[in-house]
Amino acid sequence: MVRASSVEIRKVNKFYGPFHALKDIDMSIEPGKVTCLIGPSGSGKSTLLRCVNFLEEYNSGEILIDGELIGYETAGGKKMSSRRLREMRRTIGMVFQQFNLWPHMTALQNVAEGLIRVRGMARAEAETRAADALEKVGLGDRMGNHPSRLSGGQQQRVAIARAIAMEPRLMLFDEPTSALDPELVGEVLTVMKALAAEGMTMVVVTHEMGFAAHVADQVAFMEQGELVAVDAPANILHHPEDPRIQSFLRTYHERNSF
Amino acid sequence: MNDFLAHYGPFLLSGFGMTVLCWLLGTIGGMALGLAIALIQRHSIAPVRWVLRAYIEAIRGTPFLAQLFLLYYGGPMFGLRLDPVPAGLLGLSVYSSPYFAEIFRSAFGSVPVGQIEAARAIGMSEFSIVRRILLPLGLVSALPAMVNFSIVLTKETVILSIVTVPELMYQVQRMSAETFRYVEANLALALFFWGLVELISRLGRRFETRITKHLIERT
Ligand SMILES: Nc1ncnc2c1ncn2[C@@H]1O[C@H](COP(=O)(O)OP(=O)(O)OP(=O)(O)O)[C@@H](O)[C@H]1O
Ligand SMILES: [Mg+2]
Repeated sequence: MVRASSVEIRKVNKFYGPFHALKDIDMSIEPGKVTCLIGPSGSGKSTLLRCVNFLEEYNSGEILIDGELIGYETAGGKKMSSRRLREMRRTIGMVFQQFNLWPHMTALQNVAEGLIRVRGMARAEAETRAADALEKVGLGDRMGNHPSRLSGGQQQRVAIARAIAMEPRLMLFDEPTSALDPELVGEVLTVMKALAAEGMTMVVVTHEMGFAAHVADQVAFMEQGELVAVDAPANILHHPEDPRIQSFLRTYHERNSF
Repeated sequence: MNDFLAHYGPFLLSGFGMTVLCWLLGTIGGMALGLAIALIQRHSIAPVRWVLRAYIEAIRGTPFLAQLFLLYYGGPMFGLRLDPVPAGLLGLSVYSSPYFAEIFRSAFGSVPVGQIEAARAIGMSEFSIVRRILLPLGLVSALPAMVNFSIVLTKETVILSIVTVPELMYQVQRMSAETFRYVEANLALALFFWGLVELISRLGRRFETRITKHLIERT
């Protein structure tokens, strides 16, 4: 079992110039729980996720990781030092839609890099750990491949290995399977399910309703920068009360039926 | 003709050697300055960026000939007294630096933001990100433009002759003045340059293929 973080999001607001991208978002995530974020395109899912590790700066409110404010020294105060921010980010893994592997490094080097530069490990130790992480995602036999010599599903699993090698207590996923061919989605979801079963706190932006229904402890629905509802998966996906959720799911079902 | 070659051959060769040396050191200097400018532009506050922008525009907007004159003949007025060769090298480095700075700026811009964010997300420092991600990827994508501009620079070295750097053009002018064989002398100069440029572009291409091997998507 991993040591898992809690996340507390309180009254978070985010503006892009005059555009109000996140409106008073409140959400709590308990340690070891999986939260899926769903909603139409442009509703602010990525923005919210990226605020959690402060890749995106929020303008007001607080985001607490294990009770500790991220990004600012005090709520509404000045920004925290970049050193402090880096320390907090060490325990937060992130997986992107476009994988974002470093193309000039092999799979093994991609995973070992953070251990060497951030955790200060010697190369040999880092590579042993990296190899373990790659084994875990089923890529023990592809460690020497550069990203250009891996399928999309394999690249995304390397990206997951790169994050989990750092021993995070929280994992953020931004549409991890959206860039994949349909037949490669399963292998990535399998790795994510295993991670959830180990007790990792996970926040997952996804259009995979099956994953949300079966793996999530709670599902959050966003629209136009607002958090419309957070509830048990069944209450959102099967018996939604809010008409905005109903209409979103109707579109989703229409698109996926033939 | 043979006498002529026997007499001037060594001068031409030594001139060519000086040309290659000035080109090489001037280009390396220009690349180093340009790289520094591009990195500082990326990581500094607005006033510093404006100053660098002004430097880039000023150097790009004026002829190398004038810059070199000012440096060599005007420098002593400000206590900067340089011998011809150092003046030539400094001149070439300064003259080429804004072009290299622009090459690096656009190459760094071509590194996908996501790959830099991935490094930030695991807690890498900005310094590590530059050294391990931005530079390796940026330099690879800058390579064709770097080779191209280095080739342009080979020919700018002829301007060093005006401050009496004994490079190829200087020797060719001397030979022309002494023998009136302008055509032969300039033909020799042309052939030397052509050979040099051909060599640089071949080496550049070979190097490029080698370092981009892993970056090319399999199809
Ligand atoms: N850097 C930015 N500058 C200005 N507006 C932005 C920026 N990033 C996002 N936005 C806007 O903020 C809103 C929310 O964007 P976000 O990427 O969070 O949506 P999303 O829910 O993740 O959508 P998708 O499902 O398409 O990924 C969008 O309207 C978008 O246009
Ligand atoms: Mg998104």
